[in-house]
Formats: sequence, structure tokens, C-alpha cells
Amino acid sequence: MLQPLPNANEPPASTFDLPVSMSTSAPGIDALYDFILWFSVAFTVAITGAMLYFVWRYRRRPGVKAAETKDNTLLELSWTVPPLFLCVALFHMSYGEYIKNVTAAENALEIRVRGQRWQWSYQYPDGTPEQGDTLYLPINRPVKLVMSSADVIHSFFVPAFRLKRDTVPGMYSQLAFTPNKLGEAQVFCAEYCGASEGKNARGHFAMLSRIKVVNDAEYAAHIEEQKKRPVTMTSDAEWGASIYAKKGCNSCHSLDGTAGTGPSFKGIYGREEVLTTGEKVKVDSNYIVESIRMPQKKIVKGYEGGNMPAFPVGVLNEDQLNAVISFLQTVK
Amino acid sequence: MSTITANPSVETDPTQQVVASHSHHEHFLEAKGWRSWTHTLDHKRIGVMYLIAVLASFFLGGIFALLVRLELFSSGRTIMDASTYNKVFTMHGVVMVFLFIIPSIPAALGNMILPVQLGAKDVAFPRLNLASLYIYVFGAMFGVYSMVSGGLDTGWTFYTPYSSNFSSTSVFPMLLAAFIMGFSSILTGVNFIATVHTMRAPGQNWRRLPLFVWALYATSIIQILATPVLAVTLLLLMAEKLFHLPIFTPQWGGDPVLFQHFFWFYSHPAVYIMIVPGMGVVSELICTFSRRAPFGYMFIAMSSMGLALLGFLVWGHHLFTAGMSEKATMVFSALTFLVGIPSGVKVFNWLATLYKGSISLASPMLWGLGFIFLFTIGGLTGLFLAMLAVDVHLHDTYFVVAHFHYVMVGGTTIAFVGGVHYWWPKFTGKMYNETLAQIGFALVFLGFNVTFMSQFVLGSRGMPRRYYDYLPEFQTLHRVSTVGSWMIGAGFLVLLYMFAKSLKSGAKAPRNPWGSAALEFQTGTPFPAHNFIEQPVVTRGPYDYHLATEAELAEN
Repeated sequence: MLQPLPNANEPPASTFDLPVSMSTSAPGIDALYDFILWFSVAFTVAITGAMLYFVWRYRRRPGVKAAETKDNTLLELSWTVPPLFLCVALFHMSYGEYIKNVTAAENALEIRVRGQRWQWSYQYPDGTPEQGDTLYLPINRPVKLVMSSADVIHSFFVPAFRLKRDTVPGMYSQLAFTPNKLGEAQVFCAEYCGASEGKNARGHFAMLSRIKVVNDAEYAAHIEEQKKRPVTMTSDAEWGASIYAKKGCNSCHSLDGTAGTGPSFKGIYGREEVLTTGEKVKVDSNYIVESIRMPQKKIVKGYEGGNMPAFPVGVLNEDQLNAVISFLQTVK
Repeated sequence: MSTITANPSVETDPTQQVVASHSHHEHFLEAKGWRSWTHTLDHKRIGVMYLIAVLASFFLGGIFALLVRLELFSSGRTIMDASTYNKVFTMHGVVMVFLFIIPSIPAALGNMILPVQLGAKDVAFPRLNLASLYIYVFGAMFGVYSMVSGGLDTGWTFYTPYSSNFSSTSVFPMLLAAFIMGFSSILTGVNFIATVHTMRAPGQNWRRLPLFVWALYATSIIQILATPVLAVTLLLLMAEKLFHLPIFTPQWGGDPVLFQHFFWFYSHPAVYIMIVPGMGVVSELICTFSRRAPFGYMFIAMSSMGLALLGFLVWGHHLFTAGMSEKATMVFSALTFLVGIPSGVKVFNWLATLYKGSISLASPMLWGLGFIFLFTIGGLTGLFLAMLAVDVHLHDTYFVVAHFHYVMVGGTTIAFVGGVHYWWPKFTGKMYNETLAQIGFALVFLGFNVTFMSQFVLGSRGMPRRYYDYLPEFQTLHRVSTVGSWMIGAGFLVLLYMFAKSLKSGAKAPRNPWGSAALEFQTGTPFPAHNFIEQPVVTRGPYDYHLATEAELAEN
């Protein structure tokens, strides 16, 4: 397949201290970074050089006294006022670059991003949820991420785009950018969000994801694939098992009977559970749907502090939900 | 500041009388028995107890730091699991910030030295001073309780809703600890301000105040104005945790960004509670070991006051990626740049003080010069973070971790250790081994740069902070950083041994080991019980080497 060429002005690759640049926002930010870096290096060398020279030149010698200090207001002003102008210039340049990246283009592709402990989920503009953990984006199209959080504060961080924004429960935040290089970009969570207990613990450090920048045809094909069961899978139960792992259910619900942050799934289907209200409930398809869509409604006794986030239809659609139920029926 | 106000009622130099009659009077360490410590109203003894407490906290926090670095030596599990790691880095932060750095220079060194520098017998409210110490210890007990009851894992910043609704660790006792210790900080601030205003010796006018006093005065103002906001914030958070009030937790109807505003409204000024006293110590070191009055005395003094003021206006830069409005972001970015001006003024004035000085490289001065280098880097990397576009990339990465360690360790801690070296002979009466002091300095200074320079690169490359594990490409730099932490640890062990040896078998310290013109070196060693045998009358500034007599500057 023919790959469209990346931008005519191809951004520089990874330098010693900055990652590869994959968006139109990066080169401007890198230029500012390099400017302040070399300014700082020069300044530090000058200050340290002067200090070491004075220490050597005016080292204590018998019979030589220090010169009496005479104040010099002109000299004081010379290192007070010019730096003010430098500050104004730095502020002006950096704010200009910053504001470019918070304003989305009119025709931007709107992607929903949701952070929850400890994974990112994505929903494409037509409502299709991404099944995997990689967000696909078409090259050279402006993108607007509309982001939220299901539990605590997270922060969506893409070093290759030089962008980062917190996702805050109870509000939406935004990121705007235009990817301009094909390939994969690493996504991190940059706001501390805890960890689970135990050996295969997940946590803030493992809340990683990727953005894959592809051409338009591949992007369209990928969205179509996301609407149905992956071709590699032969049954709904198999699909459900992969969702169980990918959506992070496994960090709280074991399959072998060990109690985690939530009840184990071993033999869950058809089991009778006692709720916090003392009421009893039989685990059937309806209870499972309710517990995934509205997990705080009926909590099993002993798991009060679990704080399971809800999985709305934009994160887990009806087909995927059915697959999860088929899978749970097989966990004996 | 160089005008001499001769005091006609004193015929001979009063400081020389002090020296002459020293042997007939008891010094402040002579009284024995535990009651002489627990019931003491002597600011120097209270300072010594603070010093012991903050040093113990420093070593505890240091052990947590070494554990964090050891875990990060290789990717995957090295020595502990993820939830333990989260507790260890949290306790490193909490112990270092609340138990060590904030009280380190003001409460320990400030208590010991400030009244002597003023020519006073004690602080204005000695009983309040002892109460501050007890409140600090009382608060610290809750902190220790939090640690032994499982520790907490929220990070020292206690961000909601993680701390309020999600963490199942021992958060509440630590909030209570920080709340209580805040009162200690406020009371010390009130005490110092009153002392500077009312307890100055005759002739000790405002233009003669040592720069350390100016720094503590500025710090005290911040302590009084900012700490109550922390108290309010912590109280609201505790009430919210108990009663599920809708304040900061979105699940209960609150706003988590509001918590960040409240928290940083205290905690940003707190950065200046940490660094401004360190700058005060360094000003003393540079002058004494250059035997020269500071260049631009009033500019240095007023830049402390300037930092204290500006410190209140820039808290928003901690929220650049948190979802503030773009207008607020703009204002906070512009204001943040202004902090660079008074910081730069200090560095330039210190350099100008060295010019044509008579410079000795005795161990306290090494820490002073080390401070200038490290603080310059800490300050300049602050410019990266003030630049909005660049900050968005660097925010919450190791770049920020390295930046604030360059300011708080490279700045405050280095100055604190330099200050301990500088005044050690005066409050212990003992000298220490200079060679060991140099080895300790070299290890800490080099180790510090190895540890944190590599973290600047990690951060720029995109390594987020507070990560238990990392991608393989970050491993080399994490290893370098961990090796650096071992050098720092070794350096402080050398210093611990050196000071312990000094206490046990150090040579007797002379009255004025560094040949300083400052007032605290004109009285006996160790300090007399009431600081001066007779009421000192100040006839010149603390840095007026050209006015000081040969006898005053003599080392014995």
C-alpha cells in the first residue's frame, strides 16, 4: 500500500533530551526548550566561571585584606532591569506557543478519552469504542480529545506531541493537536493515581497506552473492525476473556477464587451473593449488566470500599457486554 | 550601613569585656539533668532539641529516599511491590517537607542564632518558643503513628479525590500531624517577628541587621500568613473524610481542583519558607569567608522580602495542566517569571561580594559556594517550567522532580548543612575534622549532581514521576541516578561520623574560629547562658571588617 509522505517540513527526530516529535505542536515547543536550555547552560557557565575565578584570584593571603565594599546602585539596576525584559520576552513567546495548542480547529476529529484506574479508553467520533489499548488517528487531521475521568485525577501525557492535560472526575478537559508523522506514540498517565495490592499489581506506573498514527484508509478500516468481534476470535466467550484482561477487570477480580479489591469471578454465574444491605441476589445476566453499568448500586458485602468505576456504553458496547457475560458463564 | 554610632556610655569595646570575663560565667550547656532540657526556656537549648529532631527526620527521610532509588535501580520489582513503593515515596516527601525542611533552618538554626545576632538575651516569648517545640513533637507523633499504622500512599500533596475517597491507607493521622505542626510554625514566626522588633541590642538598627535575620524575618511573615491556609485546607479535608461533605471530592459533589488551589496557596509560599532562610545562611557564609561586607546589603535584604511577597502570587503554576482557565494560566505564568528577578539579584550580589574579598575555602564556605552553583541550576530550570508551552511537556515528569530537588536539597539542605558547619563550634564548643568535612562535602555535592542531573534528562525524555516501574529505554539513566543516591548517602554518613567524633573528642573551639566580624562570634564559646555576659552595645554592622578591631577578628 502506498503511504502518504509525512509533512514536507519533517520535524526533527529524537534529540539527546527530547523524544521523537510526531505532531505539528512539537517543533515550536522544542525551539523554545532549546533556547532556554542553551541560555541556562551559558548562564550557569558564566556564573560558575566567575565564582571560581574570584575564589582563586582573591584567595586569602597573609597581609592582604579584602577591599572595602562600596555600594553601586547602577550595577544593581543593571542586573535587575534587563532580566525583566528577558522575562517579558520569554513569557510572550511561550504563551503564544501554548495558546496554539489549546484551541482546536473547527473541523477537528473529536475523540472521547476516559481515564480510569489504571487504563485509558477511547471512543471514535461515530460512537465506536476502541477495543484495544491503542488509539488510531489519521495523519495530518486536526484532532480534539475530549477527556474525562471515572475515578481519581489522571493526566493524559503524550511526549511525542509534547502535550499533557489532566483528566478530572466531574469535568471535561481538552487537548488539540495534529499528528504529522506515521508511527506509534507512547501515552503515559502523569498524575499519580495509586496501585493495586499484590504480585501482579497494576497501578499509575502501568497506566500506559499508545496512539498509532495511520493513513486515512487504515483509520477507516480500523474503526470498522472495532464494531465487531475480532476476526482472530472464534467465540463470544473468547472475546469476553480478552475484554476481561484488556479493560483491567483482572486487576480486582481474580479467576481462581482469591478475593481481591472485588469478588472473584470463579463460579460467579448463578452464585448467590449477600449485599451490603443484607439482601440476597442471584448473579444472572441482569445483575452482571447492572454491576458493570452502575457498579455502586448493589455491592456485595465485604467489598464496600472498592470504588469500581462504571463502564458506560461508550467504553463497552452491547456486543462487548454480551461477550463478557458469555465469558463469565464459562468461569467455573 | 557603615556609619558608626559611638556609644558614649561605654568607654572600652564591650565585646572585649565579654571575652575577658567569659571564664567566670557558665555557658548554656552546663546545666545537667533531663529537666534542664524539658523545662528550659533558653532559645539555644530549644534550638539544639529542634536540631536533633530535624536531623533524625532527615535521616529517616533519607532512608526512604535510598529505598525509592534502590527500587528504581532496575525495571520490574527490585525490592518491594507497587503499593509499598507508593507508601515509601509518600513518606519520603512528607517527612522531608513537614518534619525536616520547613523547621530545619528557621526552627533549629534560627532559634540558636537569631537572638544572639540581635544582641538579645532570648526570643521575645521564651515560653511560647518551648510550646512551639512541644507542638512540633506532638504533631510529629501523629506522623509517626501514621507510618507505623501502615503508612500512607497519597503523595505528600494529598490530592483529592485520591486521598479522600480512594486511598485506604493511614491518611487521616498524617493530615492531623501536618495540621498540628502548622501551629508550631506559626508560633515560631510570631516569636521571631516580635523578637526582631523589640529585642535588638542598643545600636542594632535595621540597617545593621545580619542578612540571616532579614531572611528569617521574611520567612516568619510567610509562616504567619500562609500556614493558616494549610490548616483550613487540611481541616476541610479531614471533615470531608469523616462526614463525606461535598468540598473537594467529586463523588460527593466537591471540586478536586479547588483542593489544588487551596493546597498550593500554602505550599508554594512554603517553598520560600524553605529557600529564603537558606539564602540567609549563604549570605553569612559568603561574607565571613570573604571577610567582606555584602555587596548591595539592602538589595539582598529586600530581595528576601520580595520573594516572600511574590511567593504568594504564583501558586497557580502548579495547576498549568490541571484545567484552569487560559486567562488564569497566563497571569500565573507572567507572575512566575518575576520570581527570577530577586533570585538573580541574590546570586549577582554574592558574586560581587567575592570580588576583591579575602577568600578562605574552609568547609562551611564549600557549602556556601556549592549552594550558589546548585541554586543557579535550580532557579534556571524554574524558567523552563514558567514557560507555559515548555511546562506542558515537562509537568509531572522527572524534570520537575530534579528541579525542586535542586532548590530544596541543592539550595535549602546544602545551606542548612553549611550553617551547621559554620555555627557548630559556637553551640558545641568543639571543632571538627576539616579533612572529613571536605570528603563529606565532595561526596554529597558530586552525588547530588549525578542523582538529579540524570533526572532532568529523564524528564525531558518523557519519564513521568511517581512511577514504580518504567519502560526499558529509561533504565540507564535511572541506574545512574541510583548510584548518585549512594554517593549522597555515603557523604552524609561521613558527616555524621565527623560530627559525632567532634562531640566526643573534638578540639576545643576558640571564640571566633573563622575570624568573623559578626556579633555572635564576639561572645564566648559555647555561648554563655544569657548569650552575652554584659549588655552588648552595637557600634558597627556585622560585616564591617574595616571597622572591626584586630582583637575582635582574632581567632582566639
